[in-house]
Amino acid sequence: MSAVTRREFIAGSGMLMLAFSLAPRGAQAGEASHAGGKLPGSLSKFPYLDSWIRIGADGSITVFTGKCELGQGVRTALQQIAAEQLMVPFERVAMVTSDTALTPNEGYTSGSNSLKDSGTAILNAAAQVRELLLAQAARRWSLPATELEARDGAVHGAGGRHAGYGELVAGQVLHVEAQALSSVVPPREHRVMGKSQPRVDIPAKVTGGEAYVHDLRLPGMVHARVVRPPQPGATLRALDTGAASRMPGVLKVVRDGSFIAVVAGKEFQAVQAMRALQDHAQWEAGPMPPADIHAYLATLASQDSVILDRAGKAGEGASHEATYRRPYHMHGAIGPSCAVALFKDGELTVWSHGQGMFPLRAAVAELVGLPKEKVRCIHREGSGCYGHNGADDAGGDAALIAMSLPGRPVRVQWMREQEHSWEPYGPAMISKSRATLDSQGQIASWTYDVWSNTHSTRPGEAGGLAAGMLVAKPFKPSPPRPIPQPEGGGDRNAIPIYRVPVAKVTSHFIPQMPLRVSALRALGAYTNVFSLESFMDELAILAKADPVEFRLRHLDDPRAIDVVRAAAFGFGWDGFRRAPGTGRGFAFARYKNLAAYCAVALEVEVVRESGEIRVGRVHCAMDSGEAVNPDGIRNQAEGGVVQSLSWTLREAVTWDDKRITSRDWARYPMIRFPHVPRSIDVHVIDRPGQPFLGTGEATQGPAAAALANAVFDACGARIRDIPFTRERVKAAMGLPRSS
Amino acid sequence: MQSASDTAPRPFSTAQIERGANLAAIGNCVTCHTAHGGKPYAGGYPVQTPFGAVHGTNITPDRETGIGSWSLADFTRALREGMSPEGHHYYPAFPYAYFTHLDDDDIAALYAFVMTREPVRAAVPANSVLVPRFAVAIWNARYLHRGALASDASRDAGWNRGHYLAESLAHCSECHTPRDKLGGEKRNEYLAGGEAGGWEAPALNQNSSSPQPWTSSAMGQYLRTGLVDEHAISAGPMRGVVENLSHAKPADVDALARYIVSMERKGPDMANAAPPAASAHGEELYAGACGECHDRGRAAEGGALQLGKAIAVALPTPKNLIHIVQDGITPREDSAQPWMPAFRGSFTDEDLADLLAYTRTLGRKPAWNDVQGQVRAARREGEGK
Amino acid sequence: MTSLEVNGRTVQVDADPATPLLYVLRNDLGLNAAKFGCGLGQCGACTVMAGGEAIYSCLVPISALEGRPIVTVEGLGTQEHPGPMQEAFMEAQAAQCGYCIPGMMMRAQALLEKKPGASGEEVREALEPNLCRCGTHMRILRAVARAQELMKGGR
Ligand code: FES
Ligand code: FES
Repeated sequence: MSAVTRREFIAGSGMLMLAFSLAPRGAQAGEASHAGGKLPGSLSKFPYLDSWIRIGADGSITVFTGKCELGQGVRTALQQIAAEQLMVPFERVAMVTSDTALTPNEGYTSGSNSLKDSGTAILNAAAQVRELLLAQAARRWSLPATELEARDGAVHGAGGRHAGYGELVAGQVLHVEAQALSSVVPPREHRVMGKSQPRVDIPAKVTGGEAYVHDLRLPGMVHARVVRPPQPGATLRALDTGAASRMPGVLKVVRDGSFIAVVAGKEFQAVQAMRALQDHAQWEAGPMPPADIHAYLATLASQDSVILDRAGKAGEGASHEATYRRPYHMHGAIGPSCAVALFKDGELTVWSHGQGMFPLRAAVAELVGLPKEKVRCIHREGSGCYGHNGADDAGGDAALIAMSLPGRPVRVQWMREQEHSWEPYGPAMISKSRATLDSQGQIASWTYDVWSNTHSTRPGEAGGLAAGMLVAKPFKPSPPRPIPQPEGGGDRNAIPIYRVPVAKVTSHFIPQMPLRVSALRALGAYTNVFSLESFMDELAILAKADPVEFRLRHLDDPRAIDVVRAAAFGFGWDGFRRAPGTGRGFAFARYKNLAAYCAVALEVEVVRESGEIRVGRVHCAMDSGEAVNPDGIRNQAEGGVVQSLSWTLREAVTWDDKRITSRDWARYPMIRFPHVPRSIDVHVIDRPGQPFLGTGEATQGPAAAALANAVFDACGARIRDIPFTRERVKAAMGLPRSS
Repeated sequence: MQSASDTAPRPFSTAQIERGANLAAIGNCVTCHTAHGGKPYAGGYPVQTPFGAVHGTNITPDRETGIGSWSLADFTRALREGMSPEGHHYYPAFPYAYFTHLDDDDIAALYAFVMTREPVRAAVPANSVLVPRFAVAIWNARYLHRGALASDASRDAGWNRGHYLAESLAHCSECHTPRDKLGGEKRNEYLAGGEAGGWEAPALNQNSSSPQPWTSSAMGQYLRTGLVDEHAISAGPMRGVVENLSHAKPADVDALARYIVSMERKGPDMANAAPPAASAHGEELYAGACGECHDRGRAAEGGALQLGKAIAVALPTPKNLIHIVQDGITPREDSAQPWMPAFRGSFTDEDLADLLAYTRTLGRKPAWNDVQGQVRAARREGEGK
Repeated sequence: MTSLEVNGRTVQVDADPATPLLYVLRNDLGLNAAKFGCGLGQCGACTVMAGGEAIYSCLVPISALEGRPIVTVEGLGTQEHPGPMQEAFMEAQAAQCGYCIPGMMMRAQALLEKKPGASGEEVREALEPNLCRCGTHMRILRAVARAQELMKGGR
């Protein structure tokens, strides 16, 4: 984990010089930190400046990122950073996002890491490019660089002398390795960064422009649909392709083991043929897990690691213990996964809305048996994914189908029930908290255990793709592994951020996966923050303390304290008037204990008779480090709150002994307009000059816990099992069953 | 808000409250005593009658706007005689003509249940009924038959329990029996099919339109879950009933089911005259809008009930089918249940009529009368809402 | 051949009359805005207007649409000359991934054409059929309110 650990102003330069270093800064104190040496952000992997920025002889500026635009607005934010540091208007910068033929390999766009990785790289690269151009002009005019100024895409010198960037980049000027130090524009001089910038992708999206991979139309393109087994693990016993292959427009039925697809000239023809195939396929059933998944998980073997061990004496005051559970959740993209692939002249190109084009290329190459160099993966936007959903799988499907139709671009899109039943879910989890207070009502000792499957089965190999598992000679996925601390997977945010003198935190990693799972926004942090922050409220009640005050008195980090105070203030915590049936709730976390700080305060009304929860006002305070696009941060935070409330109030994947039963939005209900909060206000705390901390995943945990705490405040029902169904609320209130 | 005495615990046992909760669920009380988006039991739901709208009252124990000041005797009188503590007649939209058969213990349990609800201060809008209250006395003389129901010694206890519940709290025949001009039940056409909220309440006697005969277990499943594979799904006003019954004691619901099914008596009429030819346009519309799901049956991936098996297609009028097509069958937002989309706005009246006429042929039934007229009437009614 | 009027233009479509409008819009007419989300009438991503009503284009066959003018987001304006609904969504930055947005815009458009003064509560109710997974709801509501102003000629 890298973070700025030392900043210094170089006197007289007029520029802020940042010295970056990579230092492990987890919650475990005491590890050695070694400063200096490595380059900031993804520059450490791709040090050449022209991997990131190219300037044409005409002065055109192209900036490359290995990250993907996922609707989170990263393209806009990166463009702001580049424009700022290059001293050009925002519009002058063209962005190229993840493409294995063009951009640096920055792995996955995940973990709220894009600004930390790519943003930091582009910030420094752009600053250094600007300095190089200044130096270039200085040499040309034999003037000291300090007397020159870069402005609007040109370098200006005394006497009206100027030269455009395009004139200055002749030769290999930018093909140099980055330096450890950059002269970045000081925040007080910012023109573009830190200002709310309208997102560059929105105009096309609201006018019917080509905005998604779904909209890609290549000449001669044909449409495919896959037929999936009714349940994971089922295998194809027999398939009668006769009826389908005779249907109008059908070009081909593809079958490889249990992988079935049909290709037709028109999309609806493919849909109709897919239904016909479905009706003529016979499957050998596979196993489904028992309904009580949490009891079942508890019987599975786990690999245990103690991730925090602070020995000492347990406290002598009151003690408390609680267990929390989270079901499988879906990513639930509104648009089912889609991809386009073209196999032509021995080369395969795949357009995909996955989160990592380079790992997808490796997986696809293995799947179709081509060398990596013969496969190109290009990112195109899709419907929001919130983690590893069906996007990569669809890329694999399209690739496999395209291989059998050389020269023809093939577009495949999943049906709704395929998305619902085949995407890898966010894992079901269990956590247990125990704590003891001291005589002053401070937390004296703390124990926490969390049980979880892996939170990443992302492809990087064919065995990670649905098609790879279904073909006649299936690829074996590599064994699941936990994501190590300090980021963590199932144990992300399992370590308390609060001051606890004695603590033990154990992560129980369960390798066996009853259902297919992978990364869903915030990974284990959603569950762990939900558990920890519910538990903090339970302890505050035990200590007869106000929940906000109780948190504050266990916090040391001034930025954490600021965020907690800002959310409480914005919400009007102290002046809250409790009407009957209403309550307020609070929660706070620093994502991964090393990224954005986020606090949420909200109010609810609980309808006692029905157990229905209605959410009123929500206030959120967010410190994402230096804010590049404040409105973008607000947008992400608002969305994160609503999504987390939906997970927490409504959602759970269900199945019977034959198949996943939550196969559409009726049986996997998500929150709709009449029930979203009355209002959401996001207060962005800007930290100019501080490292970018990311935003996307920071709200998921705090919103869930604030909801739980508010429900308790409203009606005395402590709900520790997600989702908070009406039945659970009523049961927790101890009410007799009624309508 | 409330004074301390309002919220003071009352002397009811948990067992009694739970018994009352079960009865309230069977009685579907919450539906008519809750306004759209309002607090449960706080009243305000407009019950449409041929004589105007009657609003369900606030039956929470709020002293001013609810029934917090009522004694058990007041409550009993309301249920048995349809009369308020002040001696006013209630309109018979409040089904006291059925509740009158409840025994004392059940009334006491219901009383315990409502008196332990959260008191809600909520005044109910005025009714718009054109009939004077005193006229209700005349109605009562004719239709209110007080006293306990006779049990049938030739039947077992389960059937008798079902009979008692159906005829008292569940008040099934309120909707499923046709009514005369004064709004009284035609008892000689018991369960021969009636009307509720603009929907046809299907016949449950020998006139039943169900393409497949009901069995007690299918009916029990239907009443508990609203869904029977390849047979039925609840819609319209019945959804609220089923939602409530899902909270009732399964044994009681099964008893209800047994009683109701015993009224059907004979298998339905499966042999039909050759169905009339419908327009090719209707078939086209069906293929595009309905076929992808409904051709394939519920067991198939993404499939829905084949319409030849659908009760709404077999009923004497297309009323229910029009409602279902226009408004869909959509579960409450937070409950996970099957779904049929709402097609309102999708079709012109003419196209919808063609589509309906075509589905009727799938049920192998003679054509409905004046489908277009019914479609238009339904649309006018929908716009009026 | 089915004859349809889409965004003011009459087009002849050579497709099975049972084909849902959505596929014709996307594949035959090359329009991007209406999206496939579920094909089940559960999400509203495919919403367009026909004869002034918001419909799920994934469910309505083209044979039901002859003679009923169809409007999609493309018919509300262009990037250069956005209509009020589009302008309002840009102003409010009411999109994350944006996949649900065209459906939202069309349902809101149908509502406001019928009821220009719809209250906030009515807008929420009217948009219930449409799902947004990104949680952009607050901004969508702000955008619709802004569109109301713009349509009234407000600035
Ligand atoms: S795609 Fe039409 S409603 Fe979902
Ligand atoms: S903005 Fe992504 S689904 Fe609504």
